[in-house]
Amino acid sequence: MSKKKMNIKEILIQYNAYIIFVALFVICAILSDRFLSLMNIRNIALQQAGPICVVLGMLFVILTGGIDLSVGSVMALGSSLAAYLIVFKNVPFQLAIVIAMVMGLAAGTVTGTLVAYAKFQGFVASLAMMTIARGAALVITNGSPIKMEGDTLSLIVKKEYGYPILIITFAIIVIFCIIQRNTAYGRIVIALGSNIEAVELAGIRVKKYLVSVYAISGMLAALGGVFIAARASTGSGVISEGQELDAIAACVIGGASLAGGKGDVFRAIIGAFILALISNIMNLMAVPAYPQDIIKGIIIIIAVLLQLVTDRKE
Amino acid sequence: MQNSEYRLEMRNITKHFGGVKALTDVSLKVEPGEIHALIGENGAGKSTLMKILSGAYVRDSGQIFIDGKEVKISDPKESKDQGVAIIYQEFMLAPDLTVAENIYIDKLSAGKKFINWKELRNNAREQLERLGFGDIDPNTKCGSLSVAYQQVVEICKCLTRNAKILVFDEPTAVLTFSEIEKLFSVIKKLKEEGVSIIYISHRLEEIFELSQHISVLKDGTYVGTVKTKEFDKDRLVNMMIGREMTEMFPERHAKIGETILEVQNLCAGMVQDVSFSVKAGEVLGFNGLVGAGRTETMRALFEADKKESGKVIYFGKEVDWKNPKQAIAEKFGLLPEDRKKQGLLLQQSIRMNTTLACLNKITKLGFINHKSEKEFVKETLASIQTKYNSTEDNANSLSGGNQQKIALAKWIAADCKCIVFDEPTRGVDVGAKTEIYKVINNLAENGVAVIIISSEMPEIIGMCDRVLVMRNGKISGEVRKEELTENALIKFAMGV
Repeated sequence: MSKKKMNIKEILIQYNAYIIFVALFVICAILSDRFLSLMNIRNIALQQAGPICVVLGMLFVILTGGIDLSVGSVMALGSSLAAYLIVFKNVPFQLAIVIAMVMGLAAGTVTGTLVAYAKFQGFVASLAMMTIARGAALVITNGSPIKMEGDTLSLIVKKEYGYPILIITFAIIVIFCIIQRNTAYGRIVIALGSNIEAVELAGIRVKKYLVSVYAISGMLAALGGVFIAARASTGSGVISEGQELDAIAACVIGGASLAGGKGDVFRAIIGAFILALISNIMNLMAVPAYPQDIIKGIIIIIAVLLQLVTDRKE
Repeated sequence: MQNSEYRLEMRNITKHFGGVKALTDVSLKVEPGEIHALIGENGAGKSTLMKILSGAYVRDSGQIFIDGKEVKISDPKESKDQGVAIIYQEFMLAPDLTVAENIYIDKLSAGKKFINWKELRNNAREQLERLGFGDIDPNTKCGSLSVAYQQVVEICKCLTRNAKILVFDEPTAVLTFSEIEKLFSVIKKLKEEGVSIIYISHRLEEIFELSQHISVLKDGTYVGTVKTKEFDKDRLVNMMIGREMTEMFPERHAKIGETILEVQNLCAGMVQDVSFSVKAGEVLGFNGLVGAGRTETMRALFEADKKESGKVIYFGKEVDWKNPKQAIAEKFGLLPEDRKKQGLLLQQSIRMNTTLACLNKITKLGFINHKSEKEFVKETLASIQTKYNSTEDNANSLSGGNQQKIALAKWIAADCKCIVFDEPTRGVDVGAKTEIYKVINNLAENGVAVIIISSEMPEIIGMCDRVLVMRNGKISGEVRKEELTENALIKFAMGV
């Protein structure tokens, strides 16, 4: 009898991210009848496509024991650059997306190189890149939003084309799940965060892998920025401030450890949706923005407390 | 009941880590004002027992009495409040603070609003003088003191907290001879003052010089307590090991073949002009004092550190490895000396640890085949008799001996033809040691060239076909199996 009870308790602790998510979902459904409407759910999905790309990049950086503070700024850079190219240079929007992603990749590569080769702490290297990317975004937009007229970038959020950004985001999630579970790359990333010296002595070129996680994070952040620009039909240098902290919070709620070596793609996404649901329901209920932040913080504390209990058990 | 004849009594202490029993029914009785030696092989449970006393670990069962009164001790503060203090090998001093600040670190202002620096310094000086170290200036920064003096500061710190049970864990390991003498005078003085001292050491001479009683632990169990006066070294060693040397080192029937690795004039940092070679099936030992350059030589060979010059001939052709990856690709492996820091991913699964150096074996185009990986891991671990529950358990759920086997399995899984074992049995209990020796013998019998770096004389003598001794970064001598004695090795190691 007591043994079974223990098991239920363990399950509760083990899957706390899922449980919080489901509980929140039910609460939201009860609190607002608009919550379960197709339009609202679709809005959440479209809204979260960009942030989720960022969370995935961030998760891999965190798995190696690093952190990438630059993602919010790189999102702004991606958004600004794409809009600038489309509006002022008449670049086809597909090509603009690719160029923005290459820019993000380059920014991430610089951060990663500083971390891997110059032995910067991830915090410091990405802090510098955060400032640089934000500055670059503001230079490109000259401080004011760039409005994209007509159907260009906005096509990727249109129903007629089957919401391409949802398809792309879903594909990226699947790819990351596969990378983490089934590839040598995913395994090495998690190993780096556990004990980088042991990994190096096992004959793995750790520096290349370190650079790659920051590069991927930068690239996905730029893509996330493009998604946001597409929804608003506007490129802007001031969007996504603080997005890096939301991304870190999503990873942590999903069970990732900032010390590295621990974390899961799917659970990080659940973490992102937990944050999204909180914002959504409070918007529906017309709660002002500031109390939302308080509740977000409390959810992070609860999630991490539950994880600590699991860790001590081990 | 208050006036017990024992200062400290630990009764039937039992402690598990995961599924591994670290201590079973261990008891320890220490009188007031005595020096009580605690001995046992590595992994016998000495440190675990002391960590339970200090509150760093919580016991599964058993009782602790201090001055006849049962105490709980479930965290470090309770232990401190009961007057228990432990002097670790690595001191808990803040190097940038002064001696006086360190001694009174937890009561700098003595309850007042501001710190009275003059009083603080005078008090510190008094404490130091009491131990006979008036020459330490309370104003110097701790980081600039010699290790021995730092130890004295650490002792003073414990004494200001009214420690009545003081534990020394291998205190002389890092000291010079004259420093050891000073430390002993301090320990004897503390004993005169009525402090109970638990003294952990591998050096039997020290134990016979200092202690009144000796308690012996073996494989996590309590063997017994004896009066030092009525005992001699040989009987003590028997009690400690409880088995003969020949049982420890299993026989090897390896055929020594072709030369596999030849190193010529290797230089790297402190390593100067080191040349040697090792053949298939041969077990070559590297002995010498700690810091003589043995580990550095092997790390340079493996390209974990940069080598400056020298020629490496491997399987008859000159190689120029640029990083460990290239060395491993040519089946050269290195088991690092520090299992926890360099060898294992403690928080990750046994499976992941085992295949880390041979990911190409279990992947196709970068994709892992989980099923064949599991099979492969099970086979590899079975071949070296590793005990574990599931390949998915974390490495840190295992005992030291089995952890070491996982670290070793990595190189076996990678089919290495030449493996360097740096301190292969450090922190491993006696039974597991023999098993690791069996694995090494097995490798040699299968034609692997083996290099063992070890500071443990019995291990070097019991295992090696040939031993090179290093001193100050150079090879100072070579001893063949027939001439292998501790004396011969020490002569080369010390340069006499």
